[in-house]
Amino acid sequence: MKHPEELKYSKSHEWVKEEGDAAYIGITDFAQDALGDLVFVNLPEVGDKVEVGEPFADVESVKAVSDVYSPVTGVVLEINEELLDSPEKINEEPYEAWFIKVGEISEQEEYLTAEEYEEHANSEEI
Amino acid sequence: MGSYVTSTKKEQEAMLHEIGLSGFEDFFVQIPENVRAGELKLPEGLSEMEALEKMQSMAEKNKVFHSIFRGAGAYNHYIPAIVKSVTSKEEFVTAYTPYQAEISQGVLQSIFEYQTMICELTGMDVSNASVYDGAEAAAEATAMCRDRKRNKVLVSACANPETIQVIKTYCFGNNMEFLPIPEKDGKTDMEKLEALLDAGTACFYAEAPNFYGIIEDYTALGEKVHEAGAKYILGCNPISLGLLRTPAEYGADVAVGEGQPLGMELSFGGPYLGFMAATKEMMRKLPGRIVGETTDHEGRRAFVLTLQAREQHIRREKASSNICSNQALCAMTAAVYLSAMGESGLRQAAQLCISKSHYLQAELEKIGFALKYDGPFFHEFVTKTPVEAEKIEKALMKKGILSGLPLGEKEMLWCTTEKNTKVQMDELIEALKEVCGA
Amino acid sequence: MKLIFERSKEGRNLSILPSCDVPVYTPEMPLREKKLHLPQMSENELSRHYTELAKQTHGVNDGFYPLGSCTMKYNPKVNESAAALPGFAKVHPLQPEETVQGCLEVLKTAEEELCEITGMDGMTFQPAAGAHGEYTGLLLIKAYFEKRGETNRKKIIVPDSAHGTNPASAVMAGFTIVNIPSAPDGCVDLEKLREAVGEDTAGLMLTNPNTLGLFDKNILEITEIVHEAGGLCYYDGANLNAVMGQVRPGDMGFDVIHLNLHKTFSTPHGGGGPGSGPVGCKEILKEFLPGIRIVEKDGVLSTEKAENSIGSVKEFYGNFLVVVKALTYILVLGKEGIPEASLNAVLNANYMMKKLEDLYDMPYPGICMHEFVMSLEKMKHEKGVSAMDIAKSLLDYGIHPPTMYFPLIVHEALMIEPTETESKETLDEAIAVFREIYERAVKDPQDVQNSPKKTPIGRPDEVQAARKPVLRYEF
Repeated sequence: MKHPEELKYSKSHEWVKEEGDAAYIGITDFAQDALGDLVFVNLPEVGDKVEVGEPFADVESVKAVSDVYSPVTGVVLEINEELLDSPEKINEEPYEAWFIKVGEISEQEEYLTAEEYEEHANSEEI
Repeated sequence: MGSYVTSTKKEQEAMLHEIGLSGFEDFFVQIPENVRAGELKLPEGLSEMEALEKMQSMAEKNKVFHSIFRGAGAYNHYIPAIVKSVTSKEEFVTAYTPYQAEISQGVLQSIFEYQTMICELTGMDVSNASVYDGAEAAAEATAMCRDRKRNKVLVSACANPETIQVIKTYCFGNNMEFLPIPEKDGKTDMEKLEALLDAGTACFYAEAPNFYGIIEDYTALGEKVHEAGAKYILGCNPISLGLLRTPAEYGADVAVGEGQPLGMELSFGGPYLGFMAATKEMMRKLPGRIVGETTDHEGRRAFVLTLQAREQHIRREKASSNICSNQALCAMTAAVYLSAMGESGLRQAAQLCISKSHYLQAELEKIGFALKYDGPFFHEFVTKTPVEAEKIEKALMKKGILSGLPLGEKEMLWCTTEKNTKVQMDELIEALKEVCGA
Repeated sequence: MKLIFERSKEGRNLSILPSCDVPVYTPEMPLREKKLHLPQMSENELSRHYTELAKQTHGVNDGFYPLGSCTMKYNPKVNESAAALPGFAKVHPLQPEETVQGCLEVLKTAEEELCEITGMDGMTFQPAAGAHGEYTGLLLIKAYFEKRGETNRKKIIVPDSAHGTNPASAVMAGFTIVNIPSAPDGCVDLEKLREAVGEDTAGLMLTNPNTLGLFDKNILEITEIVHEAGGLCYYDGANLNAVMGQVRPGDMGFDVIHLNLHKTFSTPHGGGGPGSGPVGCKEILKEFLPGIRIVEKDGVLSTEKAENSIGSVKEFYGNFLVVVKALTYILVLGKEGIPEASLNAVLNANYMMKKLEDLYDMPYPGICMHEFVMSLEKMKHEKGVSAMDIAKSLLDYGIHPPTMYFPLIVHEALMIEPTETESKETLDEAIAVFREIYERAVKDPQDVQNSPKKTPIGRPDEVQAARKPVLRYEF
């Protein structure tokens, strides 16, 4: 599994792409693989607050639903509406399929580098 | 004693022996001795014949009316013979929820067809596989309209009292705020509704026709509700939809209703059927089972329970509803009924209902039963009564007629269906003349 | 096969209703504008359509149906005869009380007899299903604490082996959930329970026997711990078929219970409903019961509301005809037949478990109650054959698969509940099939993975169904 070097990662399997003062958040290749074929995603609304360590979205497979946790505290600037119609994008291109764009970031968790995340993910693999 | 255990005593002993136990007692060593049940204080078991006779003797203590002018949530419609023939097929009767799609295509397809018919009837985009009954459907609908900022449930006081009570009880459960909108001239008080609608309102529930049989201005109600950004839930009578404007055409976000008129017996109140349909936008908030079409690996058409991630067995404490069954056999009853009637048959039933109610109302008017409200009505209407309503009820009962439902001391809610013939209605009028001394 | 709409042909119809015998009224109100598409067909075609659907449906009458926790016992036909009596089926729910004395007697008798079986003091028949009963029972608990002013009691404790409905019902009733893990023996971990209870505890929801098929040996300690903390005990009666007539929940310290008449008391499931989930309770909760209470005076029955009733959870009196069926069943079984049924339910489950334990892994070996759970984890790991594959393979033998992937605490779980109405021959045949599938899975895993092969369709594509939902036929 490849995890792009330029991104930052959280232990709960989200990736963060910083762009100016804002950040795009999605889930990692490891996460989408573990979840299986995704059939739906519940996203927050623009203007909602997100908090470090708190769920801001959930993803549904046929037989499971899983929370997606925010690695930052801030305000939702944009949501990726394309995912609402085509959740399979998350399976196909996890690092393109961002969930939300967050601004007014006041706090962020200690990110992992791609290399550290790789190690973390491997330790969770059975 | 009666029993449905198949193994003989000898076989039971052989099985115990195979397990390596000496007696049945060994199974229950985990149960604390001091709470083991002694002999139950129940009667001795009966043979099939005796049991049925006993049930029959209870059934005979009830009065079965052949001339019924009472509705108020349960309606005496004609049930085509094919309905019972289909719904008593043992495969349908004895199956469980269709978890195993490969051997449950029959049930699944029948639900898919039912969903389609409910969408057609209501004009809505999506239907679930049904819920417990009309009142519970309304309560589930109010819960599905809740969001983080909207927690108030407004309910027209002109809705069926049973439904209002169930919504109120559900609000007690989920801590939504329940606010009744008072009645004015047999309709929802539009000014009071406007005054109570605000940014905290989740939804407004009204019925078409309402409890008094009246068709309100549902378009205007819906506009007010939507202006406040709330959801609009309409409870509707399914027979009326063969003729009258649909909830979708009135702008409803969710349509619900009691499906009993679609081929279900009166049955002292149940089992009935709660139907529930919504706009596409609200699809993922619909509670309950939903059947969808897909294919198997060879590309053959297949039906499955779908969108299951909404449901309790996956979402557990995050599910918005705990419902995990439907009234499948009742949903099938409705589907067979609608197929037997067809579009023309359903329209005919609705037209008969409304023609007869207007005939009866005119005849009642002639003998001093004035109409209470002046709004347009479908197959129910409220009149004042010249003498006490309960006195009328009792006197008609002796003549084998179930009168309208006494509402106040001198008010009655009447109902007609296609089963009320002109002869029956004329007999009713004659009987009433006698009772009222006219 | 074809949908009913695809068999429809413009112009075909049945003649069901007579022409109008009064002046035809022209409605002065908005009419529907959108065309109503309903099937147009002859009665012959309609009848055949559903006969074909019936052929693609597996019911208890079609064969063995060991679906764990669902108690798929035989549905006696006399129940149906009783429910079809015009004196029950053709009675309006709002008739004057003097004309429905028989219906009230049914409800009263069923209440008395089910209270005797469960050790409870009062019962409502309004709830239409087990989950609906859970919800109702929790509302009683909520009303009880509100009346006592103990509004801080907002937490419901639920073991991790519980049905998914338990937490969902509790949330619907405005509670929050405290999950507690099971001990290694599959029973409630008493230490964890002691840690979980406190001044905010409203109650505990317990399924007993639990979903592993085990009777919790510490049952009395459990209810005592909860009561001492000031909470109430809720008994999920979904598995009552194992213990009815052997022990009464009311005697073990439970304050409220729901029953599934469509499981334990032999009423049919109807492909998903209608069921009935009556709720029984102790004296302390009776004043909160929903719907009506029946009182007798001078041999005449009448109805009244409970003093502090929570209101109604359903129209009228619940699924009345289902209660008629269950009462008929209880009348037939009587005081000896009730315990005989549970004894044989337990016997059949233990017999099957014993005859399979040398091949299949039983995570909780020993004596089980009415059902047992096996784990295919090792098989999955070694041969790639999952619980799902085994289940799908059973379809080719005409056996309905057990409950799959539940309880969640057992990996690759199959949960088997044979019920008391199955014969030894049926069990022996099923045992032979389970053994044969196991051997096949070991020898040729792919063959089992490709099952079923003899059913009308193969495994459906559930991902496609959920991603692009098609929920109705488009005309």
